[in-house]
Amino acid sequence: MARARYWEPIAQWMFIVPAGAYLLLFFGYPIVKNVVMSFQQYTTTTFYTGAAPFVGLRNYSEILSSALFSKALLTTVLFTAGSIAGQFVLGLAFALFFHRRFPLGGVLRSLLLLPWLLPLVVSATTWKWMLDTDTGVVNDVLRDLHLQSSGIPWLTGTSQALVSVMVVNIWVGIPFNTTILYSGLQEIPAHLYEAAKLDGAGPMASFRHVTWPLLRPAVNVVLVLGAVYTVKVLDLILVVTGGGPANATETLATQSYELSFQQFEFGRGAAMSNVLVAISLTFAFVYLRAHRRAQHA
Amino acid sequence: MKHAPNRGRPSTIVGIVLLAVMLFPVYWMVNASLQPAGNTLQGGWFPFHPDFSGYVTALRDQGRNLVTSLIVALGSVVLSLGLAAPAAYALAHLPIRGTNFVLFGVLITQMVPGIVVANALYSAYNDLGLLNSYLGLILADSTAGVPFAIIVLRSFMRGIPREIIEAARVDGAGRLRIFRSVVLPVSANSLITAALFTFLFTWSDFLFALTLTTTETVRPITLGIYEYIGAHTNHWNAIMATAVAASAPAAVLLVIAQRYVAAGATSGAMK
Repeated sequence: MARARYWEPIAQWMFIVPAGAYLLLFFGYPIVKNVVMSFQQYTTTTFYTGAAPFVGLRNYSEILSSALFSKALLTTVLFTAGSIAGQFVLGLAFALFFHRRFPLGGVLRSLLLLPWLLPLVVSATTWKWMLDTDTGVVNDVLRDLHLQSSGIPWLTGTSQALVSVMVVNIWVGIPFNTTILYSGLQEIPAHLYEAAKLDGAGPMASFRHVTWPLLRPAVNVVLVLGAVYTVKVLDLILVVTGGGPANATETLATQSYELSFQQFEFGRGAAMSNVLVAISLTFAFVYLRAHRRAQHA
Repeated sequence: MKHAPNRGRPSTIVGIVLLAVMLFPVYWMVNASLQPAGNTLQGGWFPFHPDFSGYVTALRDQGRNLVTSLIVALGSVVLSLGLAAPAAYALAHLPIRGTNFVLFGVLITQMVPGIVVANALYSAYNDLGLLNSYLGLILADSTAGVPFAIIVLRSFMRGIPREIIEAARVDGAGRLRIFRSVVLPVSANSLITAALFTFLFTWSDFLFALTLTTTETVRPITLGIYEYIGAHTNHWNAIMATAVAASAPAAVLLVIAQRYVAAGATSGAMK
């Protein structure tokens, strides 16, 4: 018995130590390493000589003062806000639609998940082709309907490209929004709707006084997680526009990738990605607060 | 009241139309993969005369990359569940101090952009010789699977009644026995959910494939498609055939394991 008591705490810890070690190595280490790198002049030469001199805040001051940064920041904000607004409104509409019971409803709802399950690179590649100026199906349709004689440069026009990548990202994000909001709707007790009906509430009034307040926890989760996922979107933009044309779709995430892996300025890339981390962490705290409130509700 | 038949039918029609619009890109991908090679789409709106040359080219060029993705994804499932299942059990049932701290850490990992991890891993991998290796990719790709699996499995395991565990304990089973022969079998459904998502995350990974592989030796299919767009823009049918092949796991999951997918989405986000 004494032996068991001695071993017990160690045995318990053995369950959690491997996962903890992994998380420390693959999240803890990169976060710390990025902070250190962001104060260093860390370039390709570093890989040969091992020398990465500390340069203080120079990486940050260079990045923050560059014209591209303020543009990329604005693009990130527009991309995130536009994507979330679009996927939330459409996702909510789909959730409300599927909340009514009708034949095939369940099958259709599960098919709706497909855009979210496909690899992002696959969706992005397909959209890239659909939006092609000369050979894309979107312009084909517009021409056939005589809405447009020459093709619209969806991805190569500086004023269209950002909207185009947003549309693709909205398409990808709708299923997630629908799924979470739908499960939120399912948890609202039916008798509340019956009570509202007895009080003479129409569909609009019962949405405002029953659905919306009770859906709030799910709405919070969807909006904050959406923001966290969207600020760091990288693959979609890289594939669809590559950040172009003329940096029109360059975000903080694509900038950070380019600095590190195309210009091999790892120090500046790290500084850029730390700005992204700071933004994500802000959302993280909003998320945790919303989460806690949802659990206490 | 909800069973009135004519109230449902218009909704079904609207639903089918909405779905058709939403899934048009998926249809277009399949349609394009069945067209003859060429820069423009000569075949039109329907693949009346399906041409499989795109698939032949795709399999020849990308077959190896598909196998690579499969190896990496399966490896990541094994690693993620192997790490996450015991941790989830400990966080759900063992009186370990600091549980909240660990859970907070797990939540925070969801906020860390992949580029931060890639940036740091590139130099570490360079020193350790893990660039262009299966192991390197499996380890990096599991950054999506491990935290997700911990969250999903813990939220399920918390629901396992204490009495079951206590009963096994009274019978003299140790923590490991209880975990292996009581907790794991009861959690089969949530293990499947976590495994499916981990597989999908890894199969879909692009960022780590792009940054942590530099040669063709270990090249996942996502990177294969990306390189393809750069090199063969006049072979859209082959690019789209590769895209269809890369979508196969998602389609299979949707058909076979649909209920696990919806369960995973909600439990991963809400709990």
